[in-house]
Amino acid sequence: MTPARSLITVDELGTDGIIRILDLADHMAEVNRRPNPKVPALRGKTVCSVFFEDSTRTRLSFETAAKRLSADTMTFAVSQSSLSKGESLRDTIETIAAMGVDAFVVRHRSSGAPLMIDAWTQASVINAGDGWHAHPTQALLDAYTVRSSLGRSGGLDGLRMAIVGDVKHSRVARSTVAAMRMLGVHVTVVAPRTLLPPDVGDSFADAVTDRLDDVIGSVDVLYLLRMQQERMNEALVPSLREYTSRFGLTAERAAALPPQALIMHPGPMNRGVEIAVDPGELPGAVITKQVTNGIAVRMAVLFDLLGSGATTSSPDLTTEGGSL
Amino acid sequence: MSLLITGARVIDPNGERRVDVRVDDGLVREVADRLDAADGDEVIDANGLVLAPGFVDLHVHLREPGREESETIETGSRAAALGGFTAVVAMPNTDPTQDSVEVVDFVRRQGERAGLCEVLPSGSITVGRGGEQLTPFGELANAGVKIFTDDGNGVQNALLMRRALEYADGLSITLAQHCEVEQLTAGAVMHEGSCCSRLGLPGWPSIAEELMLHRDIELVRLTGVGMHFLHLSTAKSVELVRAAKADGLAITAEATPHHFSLTDERLESYDALYKVNPPLRTAGDIAAIRAGLADGTIDAIATDHAPHVAESKEQPLDLAPPGMLGLETALGVSLASLEMPLVDVVAALSWKPAAIAGVADRHGRPIEPGEPANLTVFDPDEVWEVVPARLASKSHNTPYVGMPLRGRVLHTMFQGTPVVRDGTALR
Repeated sequence: MTPARSLITVDELGTDGIIRILDLADHMAEVNRRPNPKVPALRGKTVCSVFFEDSTRTRLSFETAAKRLSADTMTFAVSQSSLSKGESLRDTIETIAAMGVDAFVVRHRSSGAPLMIDAWTQASVINAGDGWHAHPTQALLDAYTVRSSLGRSGGLDGLRMAIVGDVKHSRVARSTVAAMRMLGVHVTVVAPRTLLPPDVGDSFADAVTDRLDDVIGSVDVLYLLRMQQERMNEALVPSLREYTSRFGLTAERAAALPPQALIMHPGPMNRGVEIAVDPGELPGAVITKQVTNGIAVRMAVLFDLLGSGATTSSPDLTTEGGSL
Repeated sequence: MSLLITGARVIDPNGERRVDVRVDDGLVREVADRLDAADGDEVIDANGLVLAPGFVDLHVHLREPGREESETIETGSRAAALGGFTAVVAMPNTDPTQDSVEVVDFVRRQGERAGLCEVLPSGSITVGRGGEQLTPFGELANAGVKIFTDDGNGVQNALLMRRALEYADGLSITLAQHCEVEQLTAGAVMHEGSCCSRLGLPGWPSIAEELMLHRDIELVRLTGVGMHFLHLSTAKSVELVRAAKADGLAITAEATPHHFSLTDERLESYDALYKVNPPLRTAGDIAAIRAGLADGTIDAIATDHAPHVAESKEQPLDLAPPGMLGLETALGVSLASLEMPLVDVVAALSWKPAAIAGVADRHGRPIEPGEPANLTVFDPDEVWEVVPARLASKSHNTPYVGMPLRGRVLHTMFQGTPVVRDGTALR
């Protein structure tokens, strides 16, 4: 038996694979608009969320996606404290796998943990975020949000995106920048040196700057990253106030954005820090849409990996027993 | 009954020659163009093989006392003998720490009990390797300790390091530093560079090693007391040592086989097998370390043999302990990786580290009548691959699976007694 396919990073999908998922997500979004947003596509499949780091939002999004495809769901939540004294990661995974699991949705604070787990199980492994490394479904839902908001199909050639903030410690940045560039987006990373990975070469981004004001007038997408409080204690930035003044979306900067520009954030937002204006008053803000689209994109990923017609572009998504 | 080694290509501090060698009662007795076997003599046919003084490893973790599930002094000694080593310096990060006469005596006795090589306990520089209070250098020196180090930790406090050097003056001991400024490496799991940026892993910058190395070189200049530097890993470190030696400072340095053979790209697998401290670095660093060995800037090849049980390495990189095995592969990796005259490789494995370890009276000796028979015989051309399950070490965390190694130890004589014959340990 060959091991099931997994999703650890967006790199393994390639441009065609990303577009395939986005096209599939269009179908899933249609399902989600039905009065009864549930199809039997993954009936009989079991999806287990294994979260070694708390993330209620991501877990709920995956579990909702699995349920709308009629998969059975299980949740295994491990607090950090029990991790060190409890059974090994490998034993945990092998124990759950023995119960009969088709896919693991894994969140772990350590970069690389989902890759290790993938080597230990025949089931599919979906990386729901590992350390600073990767968060591929976030990248896919970001790309989907840009594509659907701008009414595009296929890739995103010619768009310009600035991603602002703590890139160094961000799995979202690593995955979203990679996915956007594969789709043809020109990506500028905006951050002080302290919040950049030690070696940001051409392979990481198209451009790097610490001057948001130089690029804000010419972007199609402004992507703001979450600024974590604990970064102050590591001398990475002097203060949140200074961060906001240099890198936050203030009213002045919002006015400098092109009118059609999208404003995105992976959540949860630090209001008054990376966003110092009410996003509800910004016409380009698609932050809530990102959350909504997360369901469709995760349905697409689950269907792509587990569905009987894996890799098909026109899935059978008939509602059970006909439409209501 | 004596042991006769025939047809060997001898490589020792006196150079190279082809001779027969007779060993009896712990000593080399006769060396001649041709010696005839007497009745009952054990004969080793060493045609096409190299006979050299046994290797000396300045840097091994034998884990006993405290972590016997990953290695014991006996299993580590067996791995050493199979690697051609007749003496190893046991690092002090045991539990309890090798910071008292009782513990170093225990380690030495366990080595004697195993009887496979000479186990030379090092002592820690500070009590419990805590970086705060000096260990009793004098008492430990009287108990035979020659090397002092807090290996695993660098001594962070510059004042304490200065005092340690000054206090060591005249005791005929050597302080050895693990160079790492810890403030720059908190949480680090791999070399800081493009690879760690891509992989989303916390980086260990080269400068964290180089800053402490530079500090200590200046402390050597100030105090006039010599030092040894453990496991150099960066190009700049090699430069710093080269310059300090040119200034005439009494310093020595070692490099590990993994730091001159494996790059940080190994971490792309996220496999903790490749996590080691200091970390695997870049191809440029490897080239500099090879050059440093070739021109003598780096005196010795030392393994930093660090056994870990499989479960501990089957963890994410940030949780897994650093370290990899080295004793049984040191020669094979060295000859596969280094483009140096064979005699220089043997020097870096044998008599140069013997001098640093303070055992030049009995290890790394010329192969001449009357000398202690701590010897190894190896095939310098055999190409082989390591099989983890066949290692004598109690742990199997070797990073060299699938890599062709060149040069294999066949026989090791410790104090005149064969302890390894035909690649098999006899005890």
